[in-house]
Amino acid sequence: MAKQMTEPHRQHQRDTERPPRHSPSETSLDVGSAVLEGRPRHGTRSGRKAIFELEGVDVAYSGKTAVRNITFDVAENEITALIGPSGCGKSTLLRCLNRMNDLVPGATVEGRIEYHGQDLYGASVDPVEVRKRIGMVFQKPNPFPKSIYDNIAFGPRVLGMKGDMDQLVEAALRRAALWDDVKDRLKDNAFGMSGGQQQRLCIARALATGPDVILMDEPCSALDPISTGKIEDLMMELRESYAIVIVTHNMQQAARVSDMTAFFTVELEDEGASRTGRVVEFDETEKIFTNPADPRTEAYVTGKVG
Amino acid sequence: MEAASTTSARATPALGVARRRLGEDAIRGLLLLAALISILTTTGIVLSLAGEAWTFFQEVGVNDFLFGTEWSPIIKPQSFGVLPLVSGTFLVTAIALAVAIPLGLGSAIYLSEYATPRVRKVVKPVLELLAGVPTIVFGYFALTFFTPNLLIDILHFDVSVFNALSAGIIMGFMVIPTVASVSEDAMSAVPGSLREGSFGLGASRLQTSLRVVFPAALSGIVAAVVLGASRAIGETMIVLVAAGQIAELSADPRNPMYTMTSYIAAIGKGDLATGSLQYKTIFAVGALLFVITLVLNAISIRFVRRYRQVYE
Amino acid sequence: MTDVTAAALEQAAARGPIGASPGRARLRELGFKALLLSCLGASMLLLGTLLVTIGADGLSRVSLDFITEYPSIVADKAGIWPALLGTLWLMAVCAGFIIPVGVATAIYLEEYADSSRWYNRAIEVNIQNLAAVPSIVYGILGLAFLVRGPLSLGNVVLAGGLTLGLLVLPVVIIAGREAIRAVPPSIREGSMALGATQWQTIWRQVLPAAIPGVATGVILALSRAIGETAPLIMVGAAVFVTSEPDLMSRFSALPIQIFDWISRPSNDVNDYAALAAGGIVVLMILLLGMNAVAIWLRNRYEQKW
Repeated sequence: MAKQMTEPHRQHQRDTERPPRHSPSETSLDVGSAVLEGRPRHGTRSGRKAIFELEGVDVAYSGKTAVRNITFDVAENEITALIGPSGCGKSTLLRCLNRMNDLVPGATVEGRIEYHGQDLYGASVDPVEVRKRIGMVFQKPNPFPKSIYDNIAFGPRVLGMKGDMDQLVEAALRRAALWDDVKDRLKDNAFGMSGGQQQRLCIARALATGPDVILMDEPCSALDPISTGKIEDLMMELRESYAIVIVTHNMQQAARVSDMTAFFTVELEDEGASRTGRVVEFDETEKIFTNPADPRTEAYVTGKVG
Repeated sequence: MEAASTTSARATPALGVARRRLGEDAIRGLLLLAALISILTTTGIVLSLAGEAWTFFQEVGVNDFLFGTEWSPIIKPQSFGVLPLVSGTFLVTAIALAVAIPLGLGSAIYLSEYATPRVRKVVKPVLELLAGVPTIVFGYFALTFFTPNLLIDILHFDVSVFNALSAGIIMGFMVIPTVASVSEDAMSAVPGSLREGSFGLGASRLQTSLRVVFPAALSGIVAAVVLGASRAIGETMIVLVAAGQIAELSADPRNPMYTMTSYIAAIGKGDLATGSLQYKTIFAVGALLFVITLVLNAISIRFVRRYRQVYE
Repeated sequence: MTDVTAAALEQAAARGPIGASPGRARLRELGFKALLLSCLGASMLLLGTLLVTIGADGLSRVSLDFITEYPSIVADKAGIWPALLGTLWLMAVCAGFIIPVGVATAIYLEEYADSSRWYNRAIEVNIQNLAAVPSIVYGILGLAFLVRGPLSLGNVVLAGGLTLGLLVLPVVIIAGREAIRAVPPSIREGSMALGATQWQTIWRQVLPAAIPGVATGVILALSRAIGETAPLIMVGAAVFVTSEPDLMSRFSALPIQIFDWISRPSNDVNDYAALAAGGIVVLMILLLGMNAVAIWLRNRYEQKW
């Protein structure tokens, strides 16, 4: 069944079903109280509460700029897609959102990234605390060499979460639509699962620590189409409770699942010696795919360039 | 006041200061401490050897030590020329290398160029077994079987019961696994494309092995030989058991002779008073031994680095 | 056509049709292969002869009495009990030292050390050099620092065990580093992304996955340690020990007892050589057992990523 590249009907249906939680006029201009109450300084494009607000973000590795002047925001209960050709820094930027880039020696981040109104890179911020609240799913499923149960339980145990571990594990597996598949073999080694199941396990593992954002770095690129479809359905379900940011090479995927899309491109300088990623356009997905403002966006989404 | 958002499982996060960081730093410090033990060991070795050797050389001149030909530290008249020990070491090592180099390299060439995976599966454990035999066992074998049965009875060599020849030959077999594995490593690192080029020109496997692979792996092979020599020089028990305890400057392997290592062990067996001149000979000879093996090791690492650089 | 080409063509023509390989070249090829095989064969022959002669000399000696008796001037009554116990004690002390220190060093070098710092590179070079130092030099170190000198422990099990530990520590460190390195970075990333600290990641993910490799390395290190004689001579291992050893008591060990028996001339009344062979058999069985365990461990628990 040939799918249209964009699906305006489906998008439209989504928008009418889900009214925004904040009307755009309710933004607080008082920075101090906003920080205390955890409300964002500016409204998001869609009007929903902002989880991340990025402004003028530059990321460099050992002095070489990877992405420059990135500005967009991520709202709750939305899927935000980062699309663009390979090598334009989408994954780099994603990994800044949970400070995983700290693990790369020589990586520097300039500009402002705010998480619930707080400076994510503030001097007193502990990256470990950050990662407890933001989940991440990687391109290649990376379950631990332990049982399915222990994979899920690892996060809560390490974070010292109290409560009934069995319930926690079941809740996470249910949320990832994996419970029925594995409820009888929780003690089996995770490596025995198929690729798609392993990725859902990784999603469940990320959910178990109770984050409010899930970052996904090309989560389906190593999977077959059926598993991809299952995970896309899962994403739509998760959107009810989490904010999701997904990096994807697959334009159709971005068009299918996301609410907002940021289109990245690469700018070559010094005759190709340096490659810097930038956000060309950030808007509602429907607009990006049907009526993009920038010609570069249009060239990419219509397939003229890859 | 807004209603609690259902998207966060927690209240607004306080991305606070890491109390945890203190524990992490402490752990890192402990681990570094453990790693420093290896430095401590080296420092200890150098200090103990250098310190006592220094006081030794206050009493016995360095030249007398290094170039003297009489070694008699206990029996009067005392003499502290180390050359008999050094010549013993080098003679035994030379014999060992005369055995280990051809046999070791031959085994390595076979394993690298000729052997099928099935053969390798059988042969490699055998070499590992040879490498795992305790040296006292080799010493026993040399003394109770090799000398009496092979050398004297079968080959009718005119050797004493304790002799350097037997010790040297058996030590050679002990060193074969070292020479074989390092040179086999080096030969395996030679890219297949070089061999294929040679075969493509019509060369036989013999020609390819000797004229293409062997020269290409030469620095690794040199490293293997140097490493083998270092092992032979540092080996104690085979000579202590099979080569006897006479300090004599001689090039005749049919006689018994001390090496640097067997002397240290022989005199270490007794209970020497700390600070006595005889006690200090342990450190003087030990220091010389340490320096020689350190230099050989440094040379071999240089050669290993060379062949790794070229092909990896 | 140049001269070179013409000459080459002439020679090629002289070689004859393809398929008729000259017999001499094939003979050379076979001869070479036989020569190489005989190199291998010589090693195998020696190993075989060694095992057979020792077995012939010693197997008959090995009995329950032999294992449980104390050594004696009277060869028929002699046994290896204190030597065996001493070896086991030494193994325990050695393990107690090399496992924490070796694993900690391996963790530090692989997970924490920035290899651009000079002191970290110095540690690595150090370990490489220590692996090549002759075992008797470790004995001298033990004599000067542990038995006498600063620690002055005396000729006791603790000194002997630590000396052996220092000798084989590089083996554990190298094996530990390899085992830790084998754990893929994706596992560490997954753990860190969940909010685990670096140490939590190492302790709960990396180390458990690396344990089979580390255990194999430890067993190989221990089997090397208990076969060593020279360092034990230097730290004053005794031969006639009258009671069972303790951490701070004098001690004997299998290689020492074997060495003592070898050093005594045998006569018709007392066949010390046979005793030595018997001791060797016990030692080799012990070593074989340990290596078998190491191999089994590796095959059973090795993680395939």
